[in-house]
Order: sequence, then C-alpha cells, then structure tokens
Amino acid sequence: MMEAATRTSGGDDYVGQTIPRKEDARMIAGQGRYVDDINPVGTLHAAIVRSPEAHATIVSIDTSEAREHPNVVAVFTGEDLADDWKADVPSVWHPPGVEMHHPDHWPLKRGEVKCVGDPVAVVVATDRYVAADAAEEVIVEYDPKPVVVDPERALENGSPLVWDQFGTNKSHEWAISGGDIDRALADADVVMERRVVNHRTAGAAIEARGCLAEPHGDSVTLYSSTQIPHIARFQLAGMLGMPEDKIRVVAPDVGGGFGTKLNVYGDEALMCALARRLGRAVKWIETRSENLAYNHHGRDQIAYVTIGAKSDGTLAGLKVRMINDLGAYQQLLTPFIPVLGFPVMGGAYRFPAIDLHFTGVFTNKFATDAIRGAGRPEGTHYLEVTMDQLADELGIDRLELRRKNFIGADEFPYETPLGIVYDSGNYAGTLDKLLEHVDVDAFRREQEELREKGIHRGIGFSTYVEVCGLAPSRAVGPQNLGLHAAFFESAAVRVHPTGSATVFSGASPHGQGHDTTFAQIAADRLGISPDDVEVVHGDTNAGPWGWGTYGSRALAVGGEAVARAAERVQDKAKQICAAMLEAAPEDIELADGQFRVKGSPDRSMSMADIALAAYVPPDELPAEVEPGLEEAAFFDPENFVFPFGAHACVVDVDAETGKVKIVRWIAVDDCGRQVNPMLVDGQIHGGVTHAIGQALYEQIVYDSDGQLVTGTLVDYGLPTAAELPNIETDRQETPSPVNSLGVKGVGEAGTIAASPAVLNAVVDALRPLGITYIDMPLTPLRVWQAMQDAGGDGSSSNRGGGS
Amino acid sequence: MSGSVRVRTVVNGESRESDIEPRLLLVHYLRDVLGLTGTHIGCDTTNCGACTVLLDGEAVKSCTVLAVQAEGSEVTTIEGMARDGELHPLQETFHTQHGLQCGYCTPGMIMAAADLLERNPNPTEEEVRHGLEGNLCRCTGYHNIVKAVMAAAEAGGAGVPKSRKEGVTA
Amino acid sequence: MIPAEFDYHRAESVGDAISALADGGEGAKLLAGGHSLLPLMKLRLAAPSLLVDISGLDELRGVEQANGGWTIGGGSRHAELEDRNDLGVVARAASLIADQQVRNRGTIGGSLAHGDPASDLPAVLLAAKGEVETQGGGGRRTISAADLFRDLWDTSLAADEVITAVRFPPLDGWGWGYEKYSRRAEDWAMVGVCALVKAADGSCEDARIGLTNMGTTPLRATAAEEALRGQSLSAEGIAAAAEQAAQGTEPPGDLNATPEYKRHLARVLTRRALEQAAGLRD
Repeated sequence: MMEAATRTSGGDDYVGQTIPRKEDARMIAGQGRYVDDINPVGTLHAAIVRSPEAHATIVSIDTSEAREHPNVVAVFTGEDLADDWKADVPSVWHPPGVEMHHPDHWPLKRGEVKCVGDPVAVVVATDRYVAADAAEEVIVEYDPKPVVVDPERALENGSPLVWDQFGTNKSHEWAISGGDIDRALADADVVMERRVVNHRTAGAAIEARGCLAEPHGDSVTLYSSTQIPHIARFQLAGMLGMPEDKIRVVAPDVGGGFGTKLNVYGDEALMCALARRLGRAVKWIETRSENLAYNHHGRDQIAYVTIGAKSDGTLAGLKVRMINDLGAYQQLLTPFIPVLGFPVMGGAYRFPAIDLHFTGVFTNKFATDAIRGAGRPEGTHYLEVTMDQLADELGIDRLELRRKNFIGADEFPYETPLGIVYDSGNYAGTLDKLLEHVDVDAFRREQEELREKGIHRGIGFSTYVEVCGLAPSRAVGPQNLGLHAAFFESAAVRVHPTGSATVFSGASPHGQGHDTTFAQIAADRLGISPDDVEVVHGDTNAGPWGWGTYGSRALAVGGEAVARAAERVQDKAKQICAAMLEAAPEDIELADGQFRVKGSPDRSMSMADIALAAYVPPDELPAEVEPGLEEAAFFDPENFVFPFGAHACVVDVDAETGKVKIVRWIAVDDCGRQVNPMLVDGQIHGGVTHAIGQALYEQIVYDSDGQLVTGTLVDYGLPTAAELPNIETDRQETPSPVNSLGVKGVGEAGTIAASPAVLNAVVDALRPLGITYIDMPLTPLRVWQAMQDAGGDGSSSNRGGGS
Repeated sequence: MSGSVRVRTVVNGESRESDIEPRLLLVHYLRDVLGLTGTHIGCDTTNCGACTVLLDGEAVKSCTVLAVQAEGSEVTTIEGMARDGELHPLQETFHTQHGLQCGYCTPGMIMAAADLLERNPNPTEEEVRHGLEGNLCRCTGYHNIVKAVMAAAEAGGAGVPKSRKEGVTA
Repeated sequence: MIPAEFDYHRAESVGDAISALADGGEGAKLLAGGHSLLPLMKLRLAAPSLLVDISGLDELRGVEQANGGWTIGGGSRHAELEDRNDLGVVARAASLIADQQVRNRGTIGGSLAHGDPASDLPAVLLAAKGEVETQGGGGRRTISAADLFRDLWDTSLAADEVITAVRFPPLDGWGWGYEKYSRRAEDWAMVGVCALVKAADGSCEDARIGLTNMGTTPLRATAAEEALRGQSLSAEGIAAAAEQAAQGTEPPGDLNATPEYKRHLARVLTRRALEQAAGLRD
C-alpha cells in the first residue's frame, strides 16, 4: 500500500544531533509565560461553584449573599447564561451506523448535576481571594438521586440511571473483527480467559488548567492552557455562536498536558462569555482539587481477554470484550479513546484472527478521555499481561513465546487481520538489543539467591507496538472511523531578509521541545543554524491552522509539514541563487550551509545573501521570480506510524509488607529516525514514569456514593524522585516510510510499554507463591492481600522459581 | 476583620515594602503583588513544590507561608538566581542535561536543589532523589533532573546563592 | 486555595502571644511553622479568626543538653534537629518528616500541639517518656507525653498555652530504631514505630515502643514491651515480642490500608525497629 516517502533534499547537519533545547533559556530564568502569568490591567477573577453531590436535582441556587459581597462584580447561574450558548461541550466521534447516546454537557449545569465537581454557578470578583470567599456564599440546595459508579453494575437491570432519558446507562457498542475468531479459538490447543482491569487515572500536569478571556470590541482573545488552540477556536465558535475570525486562542507556555489539555472545556467557553458580558478580561485558574475532579480522567476499562494458541505457542486468536467507563459526559473524544487502542491490540504478533468489542457506559463520575497513550496503554496492557500468562500456561519461556510469534522484519509493510498496515519494524531486533543489557540467566540465579534471603525479585518484559502519528484524515474521518475532525498538520517557514528564519507551526507544544526539533529540521533544509530559527506556535492568529500536539503526532505530522515547507523555501532559494549565479536551478546544491553550483564550490551564496535578494531584488533577479522567501505546507499522512520496542523491569517485593520497589528499568525503543536523541530519552523517561505511576501509585478513586476520595495530591499519589529508578535507554532506528523524515513518535511510547512490564515483574516475583495476576495499582495493600490470599507472606516459600 | 499589615522584605536583593492582607500567601505576594511570576503554583496541599523559594537561604514552599511571615527576611526566587549575567550552576545543568520539559516545576525544582546542595555539596544519587522528594515533576521521570543536580554538584558552587540582604535597607 | 480572612498578631514574646491568644478568644490560634495549620486553612477546613504568629520568636528555638537529657525549644524546626546525630531517634524521626521544605518550616512544638497521630514526633515523645513545658494564662506547667495526646487532633493544651520546650530524658544506654512506612517518600506514615531498648548482657532490661498512626493518638505497644522485657535480644526473641505489637489497637482504615493491614505493618515494623535498636539491623 505504501511506497517510501522520498526525501527531496536537505542535509543532515542538525537532524539526529543532541542539541540542548532552545526553549530552556526562558524557563530556567523564570521567564516562562504560563496562563496565570498573564495579567491585563483590570483583569477580573472567576471562581466556579461546584456540586458536592454525585447525582442530584438542583432545587435552588441563592446567589444574593455572594452578589452583595464587596468587590464581587457578578454572579451567574446556569439559568442566567442559558442563552449564551449555541452548542454544548463538543464530542466529535460519531461512527457511521452506530447508535450512540450523547448527553447534554453545558458549561454551567441546569436542572441536575451528574457528578461531583459539576459547575453550577460562577462568581466574578476583582481578585482571586474575593472570588473564593464569595463562591462559598452561593447557597445551592440539592435533592440527591441514586448514584452508580461501577460500570458493570451500571449495565445491570435495575441500576440507577445516570441519564433517565436514555433508559439505559449504555452509551454505545462498537466492534471490529478480522479473521474467523470462532474457528481460531475452536482449533486452538489452549484457550485462556482473563479479566484485566485498567483503572482510572489522572493526567495531573503540574500546571493545572486555567484560562483568561479578554474582550476586544466584537472579538475575544482566550489564553488557555491547552494542547489544541486551533481546535479550541473551531469548537468555541460553535459553542458561542461567534464567527471563528472573531476568536483568537493563544496557548502560551503550557505546563504539561498528558492529554488533559487535549479537550475543549466548558470553562473556556464560560470565560469568553463572561468577558463579553462584562467587557473586562476574566481569568479563571483552577485549583488542584478542581483539576483532579473536573479535568477528564483516563483509562477506566475492564477487559475480558480470550487468547488461543497451539501447544507449540503459535498464536491462534485474540478476542477482547471491553467495558469502557465514560463517566457522566462525553468530552471531545471520550467514547473514542478506548477504540484508539484497536489498531495495535494484537501487538507485535501474528494473530490470524482478532475480534474486539467495546461497550461505553455512563456512570456518575467525570468523563474519561485521552491521557498519555490514550487507549494504547490499555490495549497493550491486556495483551502483554495475558501473553505472560499464556506462556506460563503453555510452559513456554515468556520471551520465546513472543519471539515465536513476532511479525518478521521482512514482513513489512504488514497488514493485520483488522486491516491495519504496520509501516516498518524489527521487533526481534529491539528484544535482542534489550537482552544485550539484561542477562536473564544470571538474573534467574540472582533471583533464587535473593529468595532465600526473603526478597522476592522479579523481572517483567513488554514488547509493544504503538500506533501514532495521528492520522490519515480520511481513514479516521466521518465516513470511515467516524471522527468529525481531520489530522493533517501545517507549517509556514519564513526566511527574513537577513537570513534568519521563523517557523510557524500549527502543532502547539507543552514540553515536547518543538522550538528545538522543528528548528533542527528547518535548519538542515535552509542551510542555516537552528540558533537562527525561531519556532512560533500556539496562536491562532499566527501561522497556519493545525490540529495540535497529542497522540505522538507532532513530529511525524507537524515536523514533516515543517520539512516540506522548508524544502519549498529551499527550492525557491535555489531558484534565486541560480538566477544570481547564472546557473540552472537544478545545478544548485545546498551543502555545508552554502547554496552552490554543483562542481564549482567557489560559486556559492549563503541563505542570508539569497534572502536579501529575495526581499530587495537586484537587477540580476528576473521579474518573474516572486519577491519574498516564505512558504507553507499542509501534510496529511497516508498512514499512521508504528513505533515499537522492548522494555524490562526488575522489581523487589518486600515479602512482609508487599511494597514494590523498581530496582532497574531498561528501555529499548525504535521510534524511527531520531531528530534529537536527548529529547527522545526525555520522552522515554517521562513516559515510562507515567506508567509506573499508574502501575504502582496512582488511582482516581470514587467511593460508592460517587464522592471523589482522591481529590488532592495527598491522596492522588504521583511518584516522587525517591520512588523511581534510573531509566536505562537504548535505541534501534527503523525509519518509517510514511514521511520523508523517517520519523515515528515517542511521546507516549514509554507509557504504552511500561505498565505490563511492572505487573509482569511483580507476578514473576510472586509466582512461586501461586500468584498469577493482581489488578493495578499494585499498592502495598493489594500485593500484601494477594500474598495473604495465596497462603501467607511467603517469605519462606519453596515452591520453585519462575519461567 | 483583617486590616492590612506592613511587610518588609528583601526580594532578590531589592528591598520591598507593602501593606497586605494577613492571609496573603507568600506565593501570591511574589506573583501578584511583586510580579515575580517565575514561582509557580501546582497544588493546594504543600505537595508539589512548584512554589519553592529560598527564605533566608532555606527552601520553603511559598504556598504554605504567609507573606507577613516573611517580615524582615530575604527571599530569593528563580529570577534572583543568576548573578551578574551568570546563570547559577543549576540553571546551567538543567539546560545541558535536559532536566526540564514543560518547565513548570523547574523553578521550584532548582530552588529545592540549591538548598539540597547547600546542605550536602556532594550528594549521592540516592541522596539527590530523597532531597527532591518535596517536588513533583510529571514530564521528566526525574532521571535528567537527578543528572542535572549531580552535574551541578560536580561543577561546584551550586548551593544557595550569597545573601544580598546586607547593604539593602529594608 | 485560599484561606478565609483572619486577624494577625506577630508576637513579640511568649508572654505577648499568650495575652493575644486570651484577647482573641475562641477563634484565636497559634501559628508557628504553619505546616499543619495553613494547609487546613487553605482547604477551609480551619478558619481561625486570629492567628498569633510565634514563628519569629528566637526564645523558642534552640537545643540544649540538660541533666543528661535534651531540652528543645518548642519553635525549633525539624531541619534544626534532623542532622544532629547526638539527638538519636529524635533526629531520625525528624529527618523522615515530609520533605526538606516542610522540615525547614515545621516545628517540633507545632507538630506535637497539632496532635496528629500520623505525625512522627508524637510517638517518639511517647516512647521516650518525654514531656512538654508550656506557658499559658494559667502559668507554666509540664505535661508528660502520656497526658498530652487525648484524641484525634486533640491535646490537653489549653487554648492559650504555648509549648515553650520539649524535654527528652537521658537515653544513655538505650538503643533506638524508627521505622516509617509510607507509600511515597513525602507522605505521612501509614504506620510508624519508634523502639527504644535497654540491653543488659544480651537481654532486654527495658523496652518502650511508640506507634504512629495506629489509633486516634500515638500509642505505646505495651504488650510487646512486656513480652520483650527480660527476654533475649536475639532475632527470635524480638520477633516473638513484635507479634504483640498491635495488641489492643483499633487503627482506622483509609485509602491505603485496612485496619488489618495496619496491624500487620505494626508487627513487622516493630520487629524491624527493635532489631535496629538492638543493633541487629542497620
């Protein structure tokens, strides 16, 4: 289906090099500019009044006392602002032919609240302290309704309903299948079924969300801590009923996203509405408690996995039935996120048949949506955990089982039973490289020795495949997968008269380092230094339209757009150079930072010479050459890209207390060609850590009344430096044929790889006790309970070693 | 209730005097009154450390100190770490070791690390990890932060910068 | 998160603080390091009408050796204690509190006065048979650790009473251990154990064990202490005694631990702390 994209031109002076980041200078000096650092004169501050009830009818809201509070400018309820909205909070997945319930989701709730944190009123005051005081004075009377928080209970007859009008808590069902699964499982020698839970987590960027709306006549500017300024403007135009050109959205420096800022939130529309009503800038900065309650969560799935294999280990088929807890609402991509895992749910393996079924369920919790990895960590977790268990069931070494079923390096492009085409890969290669760092035989000897001393040491592996570089627009669009969106990316490259350049990107970063990597890509193609390339992003009034940074797409789609725009500039530069040097454009080459005539290196011009000629045309330049040196490109990929790799995790489990300590992590990843290896390392470190957090420490917990138990960072346990190991990294480079750079993506790879490696390591440590599986998070309590259930703390167990 | 209270401090070597509400948190005083927005806020519960500044040379979480409690004290924020155009060694090594991604935890992390290296100029990696347990980062997995602190320790002179209170009339 | 409004008085002396507390009436609270009180105020779980700030009082700071024991000013910060090896278990426990920033502000007096059973120092004071010296409207008095902690966040301190000093008796000849168990380094203890052991000829002459977060107050594991007295300080002797560590406790369950798990942890940690105290473990 694919042919290798060709690189038309450009040197390799900077792409592939470790270069410290350009964006650091402002951040290490305290000159970063995050939303709450922006303070137009006279800015008002908003505080949102939120429901403490998980499900209730709003009986009354008394705002009189709050309105009287000195320095309060206004107080609004949902009723007050009902006419300010032309549409509710958007949700863009409407798969053709699938019946789906879409609940209303307004910026301020009227009538009923459906989860803790639902906004019911907003107070605007002259400063944030007064707003907080007055918000406490808004008196809301609620009449509680029955609550359901467990998605399996929600599907039972007689369950309380989140939305009475639907008559069910089921939002939708979606399925995809390839190969004959029934026959595959019938013919298998071993069929194993497992229930695997992937619990609810938070993105928990260290900068919580916030936004500031500033009115300008009939326009409004929204500064928002968002990953998607252009999508936000697109959707806000609909919500507010405003022409898109009257809205400017700016994502300034954004303090981490992890998916939570890949959304359009009601509060963004609310601040715009308030600014327009009041004619003043209005800022709202959420508290961490609001962040944990009312930024979308992630995961929250239960999977029933059936896997079949021949007795020699040849995989026969994979069937997964998933229950996806959507929470009470559908945010931008809520029902879609579990589905995003489907292209790689068969992982790195040859499965003749795969059958997947997803059921979306409403509960009285806030919505789930994309959190780092978004569907792919879940799918990978189910598969890689189950693979270990299958190996044990078959009595085959866990790595041998994987190796036996790996898609071969010579089989790419490889089409899976689900019709997905893996672009390139060498799965055995990353595993081999991993094993250069890990001596499994030596580990097994050490494991036995330690067990004698009462230490349960275990090793776990994960050999993952990721799908990213979202996305070929038509394949995922309204008529196919059903997203009412597209996923091209854009760039404009402007070389200034003095020869330095500005790159405008539609992809808006929040820590990834676009300022540096995009500069590297452009610099190679322009024949200048990355130091002379400034990257501008995150402002809908600056540069072309783009879909944002998420889904490990910025480089593979946005970076490619930069490359293409820069190559167009290069082509024009060659044209100018040719005219100036009296040569043919095709005889001009870019080498060593000079545009020169092939074979006559002394006849050359620098980009600065050419740029000056482009802007101040000399007589030598023919009139038909347009002035200026600026080009744009939009890139819509033909396919996804498929990074992969092999990770190993070594843990010690305290035989008495159940506490898990990660003692070693080795990550060998292949994300195609690397633009800046140091930044790739950084993404792997963070990605792995995110999944270690989920595997061991983090969980969003609602009690049976729908109260959020983990509403602060005291209870929501982000790991600290003291809990974590060094992350050893190594790489293989298998270029992608999908883009000219040969790049894939790496922002989520670590997160996708890591959680099953942790679980597999803990199980490896505890298997002699008879423990084969424990639900994440593997807290000391859970592990201890599992050891108790298995018949004691096991510190003196002698039931033999692992595989 | 709560008339204003006068507070006199030396912030990054400059004397500051303000009449403020007693409940004003030091972090809000720095950010909203003095306009020093390099100090960030990441939680409500004294966990994340994004708001860490040096108060009389010791790292504190400025979200859990009242501004009035800084009376007579010297405050150093990230904006005050570079001296005479020279970056503090930690600023330098966070850059060279890729110790930051989104940059939001970075100022607090650097201030906490300065306190750590002041107490222990030659820490082990384990000591660095424990010394930074009051600062959360979601981007880096701490790996490169630890490397940056170790590199700064090796470079030397990476502790708390010299007081500039003397000679300033508060 | 922002505290509700309050009045503020920066105390010039302990006497001044006591008068201000008296004048401020029921809503008046002392502010020392503020690391117990301010977080509660920011969440608006506490809303005092007056804060009397004693954080600037030098008279409340300092560590002195007196009569073989230690007298630590109530306003001394954890960071002033954590690196003093001569303070033994007090230094160890102080070094394990939260994180460096918190230890740079939090005070020993404030920690004890807060009466939080999950804090580390109360169990240490209890095991050490320490006492606090106080000054208040009713004059000066000394309160033993056993009498100080009454219930969850409730002590026998009067509303206008300041902990001026914390006294630890001489612990010469006692071995010590402190074991703190938490999910993350900066967390409060799920369970903590302070063990003090006086050895004579390889057996236990006396033992005192303080438990952190095993009830609404810090507790003594008296059954385990009893079981160890007169026994050999061997691994076996210690293990047998430690089995009694949770006897009589009814710890509340929480997000991270069931009561049963906490009792299990108390037994394991007591054994480990006793092994430390007896020199069998680092």
